[in-house]
Amino acid sequence: MTMSDPQDRYYAGIRMVHFDLVKELVLALVAVSIVVIGLAGALSSPDDPAVTIQTWATKDPVDFVTTATSELSGQSGTAQYGPPYTNIPDAAQAVGPIAPQAWAGVSTPIDTAQDFVLRPLGFAAVGNPTLTAALNTYNAASPDQQQTWLTNYTTALANATVGNDEVSVAAGDYGPVPDLMANMLGLARTGALDGLLLRSGTLYQTDFTLPLLFMGDGNYLPDLAAEQHLTGDQWGMMNETGSYPGQTWLWLFSFWYQVPPFNTASNTDLVVIILMIVLTALLALVPFIPILRDIPRWIPVYRLIWRRYYRGR
Amino acid sequence: MPETNPKPQAEHSNWTLATRRLLERRLPLKNMLPDRQPYYVGSWVYIFGVVAIAGLIWVVGSGVVLAFFGPQWWHQSSAGRFVNSLHLWGQYFMAGWRDGRAATWMVGVVIFAVSIVAAFTGFISQQNFDGEWIAVNAKDATNAAGIGSFFNVLNFGQMYGLHIMLLPVMVVTLVAAHIVLVRMHGVVRPIEPKQTAQPADEERAS
Repeated sequence: MTMSDPQDRYYAGIRMVHFDLVKELVLALVAVSIVVIGLAGALSSPDDPAVTIQTWATKDPVDFVTTATSELSGQSGTAQYGPPYTNIPDAAQAVGPIAPQAWAGVSTPIDTAQDFVLRPLGFAAVGNPTLTAALNTYNAASPDQQQTWLTNYTTALANATVGNDEVSVAAGDYGPVPDLMANMLGLARTGALDGLLLRSGTLYQTDFTLPLLFMGDGNYLPDLAAEQHLTGDQWGMMNETGSYPGQTWLWLFSFWYQVPPFNTASNTDLVVIILMIVLTALLALVPFIPILRDIPRWIPVYRLIWRRYYRGR
Repeated sequence: MPETNPKPQAEHSNWTLATRRLLERRLPLKNMLPDRQPYYVGSWVYIFGVVAIAGLIWVVGSGVVLAFFGPQWWHQSSAGRFVNSLHLWGQYFMAGWRDGRAATWMVGVVIFAVSIVAAFTGFISQQNFDGEWIAVNAKDATNAAGIGSFFNVLNFGQMYGLHIMLLPVMVVTLVAAHIVLVRMHGVVRPIEPKQTAQPADEERAS
């Protein structure tokens, strides 16, 4: 043993024994392989199919039409979201002067009426004179008139009925809105709307921002998530579909969403993110923080870990 | 280690030689792959590190198989589904990291943080209802943090690319750095009474 090596000096006075690291790794790999193959074979993994706009419009047409109407009237969650989708004053979360959502700005601009409703209907209107006329009537009307039709129709949808795959409401002053929505429902039920919302001008599509935001504005998708205990106030980050464990390592992140004052704040997300950044920094800096780094000495778990070492003392 | 070659004239300005000398001094091969360890390394707690590495080998290996067959494959094939399950339970075994030294500890915390992002993008890449809902739900947190413009959880291509390329490379590189740091310092000595949590090497020099 040469004392020029810092490790040799560090271990001076300590009895050294033969140890085979590579053999240990190979044995661990064999053991982990047996456990992993066993668990995977016995427990499999959950795989509930994704919800499409087509399944949403088929299973819950009233919710679909209500959501599409709110996109057209600019009252949906996405329309009122603020950055990065829409320019709504004071919609961004902030903690005092810290407002990263507002600083980042509207990087993915979305006009919910155009992007979710009027543009897809424009494609469907080719060769469809009834729909073309309804779109022309709607576009020619004043914004006040449009909002009156949409408000009346939204109110009537609360008592809507479904028959022959169509959503029907009591007679009223809705202008062309029922025609527009009947065509939206038809497009959605065929699956065409799923494709139309992915149009990006190129062949390959990977960005699902529009269809996911549209589905998130309805009640169908969040209700399914709540059934599976996946929503934020149900510790949903840690759950998988079925009874499988999900991202259990996010337990602390998820915890803050369950307790006051965090769970009632309008800026919960930002507060929790700042808190977790501070806590992670504290964790990384444990070796330098006096009280935190002394706790292992006060609670002597180390005597259990190295009990052979202390037995001889 | 005894010097046999005469020192060259320009040794003081040779960065390559200085780097090699530093590595030879701080990380000799006998420390990288030691055949002798302090006797207290027989404790159960040292198992977590090597099991975590074994879990990582499984995660990367099963991930490579999944990547070759494409993100839709595992939904359509029972063999694919089995490999995805291996991937899930392999992830599960990445839970335990145990360190003693400051830099090693900090690299470990960074590995933990990067692993969380790696796992999160993996959940989004599942292409099933769970992945769909996680994306819809998580956008509020990423948007509130102001990172939604370049880390758009609703953009499958972006999440998938990060999950199969950038994040695995980061985790594997950081784990390699972590192991090198562990081997460079050796396992920490047990805590002695009235000793600070970070034993100083020089105090023990004989």
